[in-house]
Amino acid sequence: MPLFDQELTVLNVGLSAFADAIRLAGGKAVEIEWSPPAGGDRSAGLTLARLVNDPRVEAANRAAFAAYLAAEPVLEGIGRAAEVIPGLRGRTILHAGPPIAWQKMCGPMQGAVIGAILFEGWASRENAARALAERGEVLFSPCHHHGAVGPMAGVISPSMPVWIVRDPASGRRSFCNLNEGLGKVLRFGANGTEVIERLAWMATTLKTVLEATLGEAGPIALKPLMAQALHMGDEVHNRNTAATSLLLRRLLPPMLRSRASRDDIAAAIAFIAGNDHFFLNLSMAACKAMLDAARDVAGSSMVVAMARNGVEFGIQLSGTGDCWFMTASPVVDGLYFPGYSIADAAPDLGDSAITETAGLGGFAMAAAPAIVKFVGGTPDDAIANTRAMGHVTLGSNGGFTLPAMNFAGTPAGIDARRVLDSGLLPVINTGIAHRQAGIGQIGAGITHAPLACFTQAVTALAATLPDE
Amino acid sequence: MASLAKIVRNFYRDSVTLMHLSARLSALPGVSQASAVMASERNLALLREAGLLASDAGAGPNDLLLALAGDEAAIAAALAAAEQGLYEAPSTENGGRQQQPPRSLEMGLEETPGANLALISTPGDYATAEAMKALRLGLHVMLFSDNVPVADEIALKRYAAAHALMMMGPDCGTAIIGGVPLGFANVVRRGGIGLVGASGTGLQQVSSLIDRLGGGISQAVGTGGHDLSAEIGGMTMRQGVAALAADTATRVIVLISKPPAPPVAAQILEEARQAGKPVIVTFIGADPGPIAALGLTPAKTLEDAAVAAVALETGRRGERSHSLPEERPRPAGEEGSRRQRYVRGLYSGGTFCYEASLLLGESLPDVFSNTPVGNALKLDNVWQSHAHTLLDLGDDVFTRGRPHPMIDPRLRLERLAAEAGDPETAVILLDIVLGYGAHPDPAGAIAPAIEAAIAAARASGRQLAVVGFVCGTAADPQNLEQQEARLTAAGMKLAQSNAEAARRAVRIATALRGA
Repeated sequence: MPLFDQELTVLNVGLSAFADAIRLAGGKAVEIEWSPPAGGDRSAGLTLARLVNDPRVEAANRAAFAAYLAAEPVLEGIGRAAEVIPGLRGRTILHAGPPIAWQKMCGPMQGAVIGAILFEGWASRENAARALAERGEVLFSPCHHHGAVGPMAGVISPSMPVWIVRDPASGRRSFCNLNEGLGKVLRFGANGTEVIERLAWMATTLKTVLEATLGEAGPIALKPLMAQALHMGDEVHNRNTAATSLLLRRLLPPMLRSRASRDDIAAAIAFIAGNDHFFLNLSMAACKAMLDAARDVAGSSMVVAMARNGVEFGIQLSGTGDCWFMTASPVVDGLYFPGYSIADAAPDLGDSAITETAGLGGFAMAAAPAIVKFVGGTPDDAIANTRAMGHVTLGSNGGFTLPAMNFAGTPAGIDARRVLDSGLLPVINTGIAHRQAGIGQIGAGITHAPLACFTQAVTALAATLPDE
Repeated sequence: MASLAKIVRNFYRDSVTLMHLSARLSALPGVSQASAVMASERNLALLREAGLLASDAGAGPNDLLLALAGDEAAIAAALAAAEQGLYEAPSTENGGRQQQPPRSLEMGLEETPGANLALISTPGDYATAEAMKALRLGLHVMLFSDNVPVADEIALKRYAAAHALMMMGPDCGTAIIGGVPLGFANVVRRGGIGLVGASGTGLQQVSSLIDRLGGGISQAVGTGGHDLSAEIGGMTMRQGVAALAADTATRVIVLISKPPAPPVAAQILEEARQAGKPVIVTFIGADPGPIAALGLTPAKTLEDAAVAAVALETGRRGERSHSLPEERPRPAGEEGSRRQRYVRGLYSGGTFCYEASLLLGESLPDVFSNTPVGNALKLDNVWQSHAHTLLDLGDDVFTRGRPHPMIDPRLRLERLAAEAGDPETAVILLDIVLGYGAHPDPAGAIAPAIEAAIAAARASGRQLAVVGFVCGTAADPQNLEQQEARLTAAGMKLAQSNAEAARRAVRIATALRGA
């Protein structure tokens, strides 16, 4: 319809006096709170402009988002990493985040790698383990390149037990290691005797009990369990109290029916019940399955991974294959445990931002008022966070609803274009590791995915799309 | 450095609340470390390691422990505040539920799905991207920003034309769409006259004169200053002509521009001829012959265009509400005024300076300008007037590092005083622009300087004529009548249009030459 035949409604970008004048004159004007997009990078801003409402990108995003929604990850079993994870051969160790060489790894990741080498028996002392890594006799590869994810250091070595999650819709499998609990644990870089002994116990006793239990239970659908946990105050990233309880409730009857010994069962139950975060690694594997289903749709600007290796923060888009778009990982200005401060913190670390990528964690903050104080905020702030993420996502996931927002679905499917255009950065709930190996978690807080990743990603996506 | 610990028995708070409290206490002046924890074994051990706890005094897991280190007085006060804080109800005020204001055009469109035009006035570096986004989202665009590369302008206008969208600008200062003033625009009566103009002040002059003459505006489309160049080819003006031709409310069309590149003019005139409506063409300074030959109505000045348009719209002859008064030159024989013979124009609107230069150049020799046209010559030093001088004070040379004179009158006030002090100055010409975007009280801002200029000349035995006009309407926020009254009271000889003001200046100057 020609402009002259419509009632005029103006979107005002720039001088706000113009919007005021329109309203004074009786017209309708909406003020855009504008700042230079892409952090003022003019060239990236122009590239972005050419992708706005591009029909090829819109169609690709619809397809990618539909695949994400269609995924129905189920917990299928538990297995030895080398036997189930594709490409995990010989002396290979998987780690969190984008690719990184041994020399560049942060303290906690190096500590975890040393722990894994000791656990595997490739060396018997810390010095020898370090030397092995330095000589290049261990191959390193990101978890994400193998359908896997891991919290914090995200270290997975061949003999470790891993969760096996399968999405029948896509046929893909995803993997995650098992959560060790808090305190001195491998994922924060601890590698002392108690850590190695615990890993050994998990690889034997716990694995055996869980194998028997899952054999008895059959596949466990994870989305309904996560949805229920959202209604019980979890956002299934930094709070997994409800989800862990729900899982344990599901596991107890088959566990008691199984052939596992009574002592082993008692030990397994004590271990799971003593760790509020036990479910986190399953939440991550489920999110990984949902997002892998959305991968490799040509032209799609949907983010399918956000991950940190403690040095760099990287993201991947559905439309750009296995390319990582990376920048320095931010240090989290969160709340610190007694005696620690931001000066002690390692830069943001871990694959657990896969939960935010899937529309959970920080994106579902409205579900978890109990942890919003991490941001120094209130439940109202949590709702504002969730709502803000609605502006940078492709849609909402009706499978995960938020009671505090009239049961609206969680915002999901981050559109890199919208992040770049609005400057609203994906919010991530995260734990904070000490910069030195082995000290462990020293705090928690809220951080944001860095803009530079999105600038690179959108530019790279544009390069895959010929000018029309 | 002192340390202090306090146990609050059987008082549970979750760890996050306590971390939050710890952070708040640590931030207090004089407090070096602070910790609020439930006194579990693990937490007690941590505090001991951190050197915050000398003895745990039998605290248990259900007890809350506050431990602080730092300046003695400070930690005592902090401890008291912390205890107080534990019992306070949490604040419920905050803006968390407020709507996030839109931060991009796409967000704006999501929240206001009926939006149909983007008015963009970002710095030029970002203007192309915003305009392209707007077009891609199906929005018509008015791009106020300048300094947009020609290649970008072509790309934007091609995209818009291919998608049936109006692309006004870049460098488009004025438009009136559906009765709504956009950018720098006057509040005019609605009616049957549609305007398309490359010049913002040109559109303001014609639309406000039409209003003054009793006519009304259907739409006023701005094309931006570069549209009629050979490279751009008048894409927006052609789009505007076509849209006004199709618009049932528009009965008369007026085109306003400096003379376009010749092939562009030919194409526009040909398309205007096919509009099926009367078209008045003001290509200021252009040869009227080819225009009239196509059956279109040439108008020499912006005022002529307004008069002709109202005549065509209303069917009655538009009356100029004025006749030029006799100008009385200075009383003969006054010594101090013998050298007084020149016109000095200080314009805030570039098109006004342009039009006045043409009109003065027709009748007077030695007309100089920083932006010369017609018979006018280039002024070597823009800071020093020479003979008849007309200045466009909105030109880059004057606006570098300071706001446009329509918004910030200071530069013009300084120059006004300087011209008044020049014994050769006989007439000072001024334009006063009203409407949205303009100064809130331009007459009030310049009237004292006019009074001072006249008084200063008189003190030197000279009679200085200050001639000017107000471009505006009765409905403008500044109110035309009050502005004119203020200027008349200050001693300004008031014309109703730029052309009339220029002609009065010519008459005075001519009379002085003859004297």
